[in-house]
Amino acid sequence: MGETFVQKVFSRKVGKKVIPSEIVVVEPDFVLSHDNAAPISKIFGKFGVEKIKYPERLVIILDHTVPAPTEVEAGNHKLIREFVKEQNIPNFYDVNTGICHQVLSEKGYALPGKIILGSDSHTTTYGAFGAFSAGIGRTEVASIWATGELWMRVPETIRIILKGDLPKGVYAKDVILHIIGEIGADGATYKAVEFTGELADKFSIASRMVFSNMAAEMGAKAGYFHPDDKTIEFIKDIAKADYEILKSDPDAEYEKTLEFDVSNLIPQIAKPHTVDNVSPVNEVEGTKIHQGLIGTCTNGRVEDLEEAAKILKGKKIKEGVRCLVFAASMQEYIKALKKGLIEVFAKAGCIVMNPGCGPCLGAHEGVLAPGETAISTANRNFKGRMGSREAFVYLGSPATVAASVIEGEITDPRKYL
Amino acid sequence: MADKIKGKVWKYGDGVNTDVLYPGKYTYKNLTPEEIASHALEDLDPDFSKKAQKGDIIVAGKNFGMGSSREQAVTALKYKGVAAIIAKSFSRIYFRNAINQGIPAIQSEQASDAIENGEIIEIDFKNGKIITEKREFSFPSFPEKMVEILEAGGLVEYTKKKLGKN
Repeated sequence: MGETFVQKVFSRKVGKKVIPSEIVVVEPDFVLSHDNAAPISKIFGKFGVEKIKYPERLVIILDHTVPAPTEVEAGNHKLIREFVKEQNIPNFYDVNTGICHQVLSEKGYALPGKIILGSDSHTTTYGAFGAFSAGIGRTEVASIWATGELWMRVPETIRIILKGDLPKGVYAKDVILHIIGEIGADGATYKAVEFTGELADKFSIASRMVFSNMAAEMGAKAGYFHPDDKTIEFIKDIAKADYEILKSDPDAEYEKTLEFDVSNLIPQIAKPHTVDNVSPVNEVEGTKIHQGLIGTCTNGRVEDLEEAAKILKGKKIKEGVRCLVFAASMQEYIKALKKGLIEVFAKAGCIVMNPGCGPCLGAHEGVLAPGETAISTANRNFKGRMGSREAFVYLGSPATVAASVIEGEITDPRKYL
Repeated sequence: MADKIKGKVWKYGDGVNTDVLYPGKYTYKNLTPEEIASHALEDLDPDFSKKAQKGDIIVAGKNFGMGSSREQAVTALKYKGVAAIIAKSFSRIYFRNAINQGIPAIQSEQASDAIENGEIIEIDFKNGKIITEKREFSFPSFPEKMVEILEAGGLVEYTKKKLGKN
């Protein structure tokens, strides 16, 4: 019997063959934290150890409330900067860099075969590069800082085979929303998800990141693709460490295999207040909106901004509607700037913000008032997520959000393509 | 972790997510434990934080704690004094966070269906039993690693012990 990718990653780490459901203690290769490095450093303080065991394995990226909206967050950032200095943590990225999942990837930490853990639920994103990456809690991160290790359960794997060609106006985001709608927000709880098939191979790295990022929204522990030439091209000049390409054996045992043919898919929307409450766009067309959000760690790469700009070029957003644009990182922002996309957004009446999480989690930079409705390219639409608990958040692709802000209501983007 | 606990039930449905357990807007405010507890479940059941007592037990449906990795979604309940959570299933990170904060998270579909809001129930951890006035439900014992963490009172105490700092 062959082994899954997950078994291989864990077997190499612990130096013996492991089987799914086994509980093992592993030393992660990299450990991510963001603005929550401040509370984590306080938990770390409780252990009574002076120094972080492996400071070079920490990656700290400030992104959740950047730049600091109030004195409280400013104090947290200051505390983190001081802690980074005191502990000689080399991999620190300040408020001007971008969203942690994009930055960690573009700085070359997201590498095939690595185990990357982070105190953020969308740490699953690095599966796009063939890494095993999973979200954990703050106390767990603090414990890794002190001991270098953590217990993990080796997960079973669900294989998702992606087939068919993407129709016009349908993107990675629509496909993953459709899948989550089908299998549910707990459809892959505790499991690893392998995205494979001809269509998976065709997807760009940016599109694969959409899938791995949103694997968290079906409860998955990790969501990964097998590395290929595109992966190598992305990491070859930036890799921060040696890596090993690991793939599932052809005769590996999966918990189940699901197939999705996207040939007849139309743009998809997640409706309030859960990500698995998914409908084709035609069922919600005409829903009035007050705000659009284009960006986030899910859809803030230049590939996404380009799709939105194609639709917004030479157009104006509807009067009374706000549209916020957040590139996922400064690097992506500069790419967008060079391509003239930022000008397209600004001329259309969008507010182009600094790279960061923005209002995605309701902290600042454009939150919603009671009774307001937003359509966002983010990954989560829970009640209260973007500010008021009496607000409504719909999720869609960058193209769908762009078309919707022009019309002031949820709109099928295909009429603009 | 005590061998047995007894408490009043707060019953909720499926998909109780981290934004209703503890809204994102408070996650980067430096709040005291009492303040954190005061926001527990505020977007789902504003009564909870006002009326819940130390030792109460939460019983819920599927995918409890889905969403963010924010630990306050657990600590808000812990600081409120919640002694255990029983659900049909837990989101993965929430389950880990609960154990790591020393709150037993018990999976039992039947118990979740049968137990009613306001009921007084008993949990016998040693024998893996949930005891209500009318019935008993079994649940599988926790893996060794989790018992060690729960017995230490959470991951902080466990790690301290491991580092020889106790």
